[in-house]
Amino acid sequence: MSAALQEPVVDGAPAPVCEVVDLVKHFGPVRAVDGISLHVDPGTVVALVGESGSGKSTVGRLIVRLLEPTSGTVRLNGVDVSSLTRRAMRPHRRTVSIVFQDPASSLDPRMTVGAIVGEPLRLHGASSSQRAERVGEMLEKVGLRRGVAGRYAHELSGGQRQRVSIARALVSRPSLLVADEPTSALDVSVQASVLNLLADLQRDLGFACLFITHDLAAVEYLADEVAVMYLGKLAERAPRERIFTAPRHPYTQALLSAAPVPDPPTQRSRRRVVLSGDIPSSLSPPSGCRFHTRCPVAVDRCTTEVPDLREAGGSLVACHLVADDGTGPDVRRVE
Amino acid sequence: MSAPATGAAADLLSGDAEEPLLRVRDLTVGFRTEDGPVSAVDHVSFDARAGELLAVVGESGCGKSVAAMALSGLLARNATVSGSVRLGGRELVGASPDQLRAVRGKEIAYIFQEPMTSLNPVFTVGRQVAEVLRVHEGMSRTQALDRAVELLDLVGIPHPRERLRQYPHQLSGGLRQRVMIAMAVACDPRVLVADEPTTALDVTVQAGILDVLRDLRDRLGAAIVLITHDLGVVADVADRVMVMYAGRVVERSEVDELFARPRHHYTVGLLGAVPSARVSGGEQRLREIPGLVPTLEQQPDACTFAARCPAADERCRSQEPPLAPAPQSSHEVACWHPAGTRPPGDRAPGDRAPGVAREESG
Repeated sequence: MSAALQEPVVDGAPAPVCEVVDLVKHFGPVRAVDGISLHVDPGTVVALVGESGSGKSTVGRLIVRLLEPTSGTVRLNGVDVSSLTRRAMRPHRRTVSIVFQDPASSLDPRMTVGAIVGEPLRLHGASSSQRAERVGEMLEKVGLRRGVAGRYAHELSGGQRQRVSIARALVSRPSLLVADEPTSALDVSVQASVLNLLADLQRDLGFACLFITHDLAAVEYLADEVAVMYLGKLAERAPRERIFTAPRHPYTQALLSAAPVPDPPTQRSRRRVVLSGDIPSSLSPPSGCRFHTRCPVAVDRCTTEVPDLREAGGSLVACHLVADDGTGPDVRRVE
Repeated sequence: MSAPATGAAADLLSGDAEEPLLRVRDLTVGFRTEDGPVSAVDHVSFDARAGELLAVVGESGCGKSVAAMALSGLLARNATVSGSVRLGGRELVGASPDQLRAVRGKEIAYIFQEPMTSLNPVFTVGRQVAEVLRVHEGMSRTQALDRAVELLDLVGIPHPRERLRQYPHQLSGGLRQRVMIAMAVACDPRVLVADEPTTALDVTVQAGILDVLRDLRDRLGAAIVLITHDLGVVADVADRVMVMYAGRVVERSEVDELFARPRHHYTVGLLGAVPSARVSGGEQRLREIPGLVPTLEQQPDACTFAARCPAADERCRSQEPPLAPAPQSSHEVACWHPAGTRPPGDRAPGDRAPGVAREESG
């Protein structure tokens, strides 16, 4: 594959910042990601949602090339980076950054905050005075004082550390930010401030974001589009509104109904779908549709035939039971 | 769904005739550390009643887990505990290790967050569940195994006999947590303390575990103390709620009342910080609580939330507000200027505190 595969800009519609095609990652026998295609358009937030073991974090790491794909393509701003050598990859690194879940373990304890945030600039050849200025600016953008540059990560609170991670990720002005569960390790009130910050920065700086999370409430707050993963495959992909108002895939429906809402009368009158069993191991994923072992509406065909992700009523859905116009079962109404 | 007809009103009469199952008064816990003393829990009082689920809510460092561990003397030796914990009329603070050992598991049992670290990896599930029964109930091996099958069935584990022969690593997270619950309820404890039991689990699995807790409350009539930071979980299963901040109880109420009319500004902030479909609509900003939870050497004679509170004044910084019945409502709040104190029936969104600037700087 080469840059010849670059997609032409049609009618002024911008090429996606990031596009993955048939992405596969196997760790030995573990099929963590098993054929995922998705794209993130400039300036949009795409949420990649799934439970533990769904492979969502692996997708994020493949996109920033912390991992090498087993097969498939990752394109950043139209350039296929999945087969580039480390050296050839380097200029593309500044177009994509990642923020991890736990800022305590992703910030070097021996480096000052200033050095941490300035490191991407140093690697991209900025002078030290340029760096100091950009670092100061960036710290202010994430709601920290410039003086924090001289401190060490362990002197900061969890919320402040995550702000430092975000500053480091955005200092080189990437066109794509991969945010992997950026608020999951934080307390509720601090989560709110980090989510607000991400929303503000995304609006001001205009980067595209792949927001990897299991927190549906945060998705509703931040995302433009939602992709739902289950056991290494996409179950559904749709604009935010449609995912929350008209989920098509039985797994999406179950996931939405299982997340409790913080309002007692509403929560207690909702019908919840309790899925039987746990997520199967990705060592030996079920045949056919991977969700069939827990799906309340599965039929024989689901156990043998893998459903393709296809257009159905304005969403992309991988389910045999959903018709082309999007009609299909709602597991929240099944006894 | 059963909401025992207790109500906050009865709760106000702390010295009522019938003593509750678990009666905690002025529980205070401090730690001696290398950096000096740290105060973790300050004069916490509450009751837990049979057939009722009490949720204890707060963020990390608020003292909720320490308070729970202190109930049956589970804390390390550098902890100093004072106050009173009465379980079925028996005083547990200051009880001997032998007395406490007899109570733990049998009268009061615990479920912790991470089931993998609480189960022994080298013994089968069956042996671990049976051990509880053999130690506390003096059952024989076969009796204990039969009872273990019943218990696994009770907590919704399919094929219990086969599961008993497996080791913890062969089970999924959700099944392990069910095994932990089965062990906790093996001796029909009267009080079950569940410390973030679903935090490590996925939502589709969490729903099932919450159903088990609900079922134990209703079927076994246990008093359940559920410690959590997840307000969605509270809204789902709690009968009453106690909100803790920096070691103190700041608000306590029946669940619907707390969510509908939060009185403490910290509770207001917490509820506003959670993104939710109906609250945010994807547009509105989330509420932030500025500043950080303080680490306290000693509890000040002041409101510990004053530094982060939009309504704080001089009095809040110089005088500790007692936990007292809130004006025009049936619940208790420790605040000199409770939120939403306006004519009854007025439930405008303005009930919530005015917007606040930004969390933590520098």
